[in-house]
Amino acid sequence: MAAAILDLMQQQLVPAGGEASLSHRMLVVVVLPADLLGTVRRLKSEFGFDLFLDVTAIDWPARTPRFDVVYHFYSTTHKIRVRLKTRVPEAEPLVDSLVSLYGSANFMERECHDMYGVVFRGNPDLRPILLYEGFVGHPLRKDYPKQQEQPLVPYRT
Amino acid sequence: MAKTTIPIQLANAPTPAFEYFSTKKDEFVGWARKFSLFPYPFVTACCAMEFMAVSSSPYDTDRFGAALPRFSPRQSDLLMVVGTLTHKQAPVLLRVYEQMCEPKWVMAFGACATSGGFYQNYAAVAGIDKIIPVDIYVPGCPPRPETVIDAIMKLQDRIAGSHHPIITENF
Repeated sequence: MAAAILDLMQQQLVPAGGEASLSHRMLVVVVLPADLLGTVRRLKSEFGFDLFLDVTAIDWPARTPRFDVVYHFYSTTHKIRVRLKTRVPEAEPLVDSLVSLYGSANFMERECHDMYGVVFRGNPDLRPILLYEGFVGHPLRKDYPKQQEQPLVPYRT
Repeated sequence: MAKTTIPIQLANAPTPAFEYFSTKKDEFVGWARKFSLFPYPFVTACCAMEFMAVSSSPYDTDRFGAALPRFSPRQSDLLMVVGTLTHKQAPVLLRVYEQMCEPKWVMAFGACATSGGFYQNYAAVAGIDKIIPVDIYVPGCPPRPETVIDAIMKLQDRIAGSHHPIITENF
């Protein structure tokens, strides 16, 4: 069953300009940022991926485009996962928000925005969730200085 | 055998034990205070497990008069910062500390509260003494219960031996 779905997805899901591969028997699909929302919509409606697991990003400082935005989905009917990747440049790290499809995407996108500065177009509330107001920069980017702190309370002298 | 029910001391009479004792006012207040520590556990991280172990029956900090946690800083003497302090939490810790009435003492419980531990990054404060004054540091990740008990006893020694500002001429 799962193998059949996997074959079907490999044949039908991958849009033009995308690529697909297998990693530990999990399908990995790379799409263009413009195709992201459409692909996820099909994942949810046609292939039964009803659970949004996570969104995060990977920083490749030497690569252009610099960031991978990585999504994981799970299907509670087929019991399989799928990984979706898209690449965004440093100058405009912009992808479409998945809040319209998965409500749980809201907080996870906020975290990704905190840590990597990826902007999710359509997310209703991109305020800091783990960081605090006034924090400058994105700490999980490779060019954030490792020990740079931004204290909220002045240190005792 | 003569009954000693009359507490009045006659001049130069031999004294039964414990009818009076002489001490210094500071020592007397210190003795009283050191056995009535009311800890406020400011628990932020995994050291909490060790805090539970040390405060419950097998190790039992009650034996040292430091058992009953008060969950309001206004009712407590001893602020135990148990775990990592993040920059986001630092204003909260400062507020809690400022709400405590004098006399107050602070224990940095574990490596993270003491120095930031292995967190040297954007998120963690490298030791709570950057925010509030600390009286005693407990090393360990997490500390052994014996270490915590030792710290409590050292703090008690310090309380007993220190000057207490409530003592005036009219005390």
